[in-house]
Amino acid sequence: MSDPINSEIRKNTASGKDVVLEMRNITKSFGSIIANKNVDLTVYRGEILAILGENGCGKTTLMNMISGIYYPDSGEIYINGEEVVIKSPKDAFRYKIGMIHQHFKLVDVFSASENIVLGVNDGKKYNIKNVNNRVREIADRYGFNIDPKKKIHEMSVSEKQTVEIIKVLYRGADILILDEPTAVLTPQETEKLFDVLRKMRDDGKSIIIITHKLHEVLAISDRVEVLRKGEHIATVNTSETSESELTEMMVGKKISLNIERTEPKNPELRLAVKGLSGKDAEGTDILKNISFEAYSGEILGIAGIAGSGQRELLEAIAGLQHPESGDIIFHNPKKNKPVTFFHKDLHRVKELAAKGAFHYEDGSAVSFSGMSNKKIRELVNSGKVLFNEDEIIDLRDKTPLQIKELGIRLSFVPEDRLGMGLVGNMDIVDNMMLRSYRKGKSVFVDRSKPDILAGEIIKELDVATPSAHTPVRRLSGGNVQKVLVGREIAVAPKVLMVAYPVRGLDINSSYLIYNLLNKQKENGVTIIFVGEDLDVLIELCDRILVLNSGKVMDIVDGRKAGKEEIGFLMTKTDTYAANNSEEEAKINGNN
Amino acid sequence: METTENKVREPLFHIAKRAYIPWYKAWCIRLIAILAAFIICGILSFIVIGASPLDFYSALLKGSLGSQRKIWKFLKDAAVLLCISLAVTPAFRMKFWNIGAEGQTLMGALATAACMFYLGGKLPDALLLVVMFVSAIVVGSIWGTIPAIFKAIWNTNETLFTLMMNYVATCIVSYFLIIWTPNGSSSLGVLPDGHLPIIGNEYLLIILITVFIAIAMYIYLYYSKHGYEISVVGESYKTACYIGIDVKKVIIRTMILSGALCGLAGFLIVSGLDHSVTTETVGGRGFTAIMVSWLAKFNPAVMALTSLFIVFLSQGSAQVSQNFDVSPAFPDMITGIILFFIIGCEFFIQYKINFRSRKNGGKK
Repeated sequence: MSDPINSEIRKNTASGKDVVLEMRNITKSFGSIIANKNVDLTVYRGEILAILGENGCGKTTLMNMISGIYYPDSGEIYINGEEVVIKSPKDAFRYKIGMIHQHFKLVDVFSASENIVLGVNDGKKYNIKNVNNRVREIADRYGFNIDPKKKIHEMSVSEKQTVEIIKVLYRGADILILDEPTAVLTPQETEKLFDVLRKMRDDGKSIIIITHKLHEVLAISDRVEVLRKGEHIATVNTSETSESELTEMMVGKKISLNIERTEPKNPELRLAVKGLSGKDAEGTDILKNISFEAYSGEILGIAGIAGSGQRELLEAIAGLQHPESGDIIFHNPKKNKPVTFFHKDLHRVKELAAKGAFHYEDGSAVSFSGMSNKKIRELVNSGKVLFNEDEIIDLRDKTPLQIKELGIRLSFVPEDRLGMGLVGNMDIVDNMMLRSYRKGKSVFVDRSKPDILAGEIIKELDVATPSAHTPVRRLSGGNVQKVLVGREIAVAPKVLMVAYPVRGLDINSSYLIYNLLNKQKENGVTIIFVGEDLDVLIELCDRILVLNSGKVMDIVDGRKAGKEEIGFLMTKTDTYAANNSEEEAKINGNN
Repeated sequence: METTENKVREPLFHIAKRAYIPWYKAWCIRLIAILAAFIICGILSFIVIGASPLDFYSALLKGSLGSQRKIWKFLKDAAVLLCISLAVTPAFRMKFWNIGAEGQTLMGALATAACMFYLGGKLPDALLLVVMFVSAIVVGSIWGTIPAIFKAIWNTNETLFTLMMNYVATCIVSYFLIIWTPNGSSSLGVLPDGHLPIIGNEYLLIILITVFIAIAMYIYLYYSKHGYEISVVGESYKTACYIGIDVKKVIIRTMILSGALCGLAGFLIVSGLDHSVTTETVGGRGFTAIMVSWLAKFNPAVMALTSLFIVFLSQGSAQVSQNFDVSPAFPDMITGIILFFIIGCEFFIQYKINFRSRKNGGKK
């Protein structure tokens, strides 16, 4: 038995570390897409290994093969030097491997302990008190903060994550895999999580953390394994590398991290939100007296912990929700611009004319009284009928269709791209049509223009797709987003709202989106950008509005604000925030 | 080496989702499934009734296509089934699970019969036919719209609601049958007036009308703005709201159409075929139509094939049970087996099974 494997392990042991997990030549494909190609991975006892790579480079797939969710097409996995077959998560647990997924898998109405013990079959009699004690024991050992009796639905995201981690520790895991654990956490919570991870490492556990955030890799890991396009690029010791070196390995070429930012040109008031308050579906206050103004040619960032009312605010502006009180005033720049039938129908034009809203080029007032519809159409289409003033419209009670019929070009890239912005099972052409299919009187849809638009977007935004007739759900996250943003920009919006537009996108796609937004800004579009990455907000936005549990904490200058300052505003406790804003109100009042 | 190898055996097979499958391969799989189904049925028939597979299949074939008369009947039955299947399809594409086609068709049939009963002889036949046609459509659409309104406004469960409406419809028909038959037999004879005109063959008009509806429905679903809205609402309620589709309006509008077409099917059955009505007039075709529509993945063109196929199976297997004198349950078994294979093969189109490769054995 001259086994090459054993000799290698002996070698590694000689260097003072035990190899607990080794993957060799792992390949996995999904149809024609190769997710992992001949990937090698070694994990030692008592270390934190970061798996770094852009989105879609196969990090999660690789980890899913260790945790038994996928089975590799080829390659071998060794645990403590012995070749193993991991066919299911159950097998993985037998080998003391536990994975904490990005999306939590917990029963909402159960307590922490009940969730933790769920599915454990250790032959002992079920006794929740023992479980509670054991959970507390684990928590104390590693410095978790948890109440074993608390129900999941009462927990914050970070508490839920804690439950997931304790769940795998309870099952005796020695190798823990965390899939983008910080994506849902605030900076403070992230720091706390890292402390816990360090303690676990010192206790002899091996931790694999999947991430694409460089600073976190540098902060927490001992070694970094870099993947690119499904292939293993390099494994380096964290202490011997730098952010720029890692970026280079990750993306293949050096990318400047500077996002371009121009000064707003001739800003005009475009959107004024005044005292907006509303409740969510459960009846809790989600928007609390929100007021702000947004101008043309600027990017207004909105920062805040997830669930601070960002979604509700955008949906209220887009007409999808109707808050109880407040106003959303839209200033449509129409003064001295020709009236068109592009967005306004004849009926509405006549209504406005009766109110004296139009004038001719020479300044005389327009009256349509006594004219035939045909004559009115001719006059309007000739472009000689002009608006007297900018239109000022309150959008609070308007539906999306009414907003469109009022001639307001408001675009919205929602957070849930495939669930709200697009229809996953439809092709790119039909998705383009979502915005435009109503045009014209025909009962049939006209696919020729959407077809052209789809072609343009595919070409200009470099959408990787087999054809314009591929269902969008088959595209990767970045390409889905390009299709959605492309469509929303194609209507030449006056206001463009984007929610987490680069979430899940790799660096190249992210920059493409930033550039698109900047281009719109130069064209005088008002952009409202809801983001989660503070670095990006600070580099991209002209002003940043900080939301904290439904309240506007402050609107800071993107050129001057610091990350710490915004982070502090985001996480300030409620009572403090209330006092503070009252004080601010007083100060403002005095001024 | 032997021991390690036993320990680290790759599982015998594992399942992976296919990214893409060329159309010819997909049809190849379907063909294999149908062949496999026929082989199994042949073996079963040999064991159960002692018929040679050849006799068995010739009986199956003769059931539908044995004579000109049988072919016309086969086409007529398929047409009626297709008509009801087309009726439920717009609702299904909207993910509104209308399983009340049975009741909606029956109400259409009842309305037709009522016109024939009360107005027969009092109106000229042409006018009577128009009145019958309109009332069948109106009554059918009302029956379909009631659950739609509840769904649109109070978000009630449409599956339960439409199902229950079937029983209400049956009871209403029983009620009218008692009123219309004073002798207490509750069986209404053939009504003399308001028969569909016969062109060429007695079934030709019904077949032509159904073909026309199928083409119209195809165009409506794939090329009209309404059809597009139906697809968006069906795929994602949130997207529909986001782009400003009035979802309530679309639900109600689509169910008016769905119910109206069911009513039309009822009209065709009573005016063109039965000239009478009973609680069994629709005879479960409202439920079979659901299967036809699903098998065709809600595509009207494919639906023409699936309805022909289903009718072929049921008539063929009825012939088998008659020829070989076996229980009428046997044909149902045959139909069940064939459908099992056809639906089951979709799994192999969606997924790929990778068997253990031999490379483990070749490892050094």
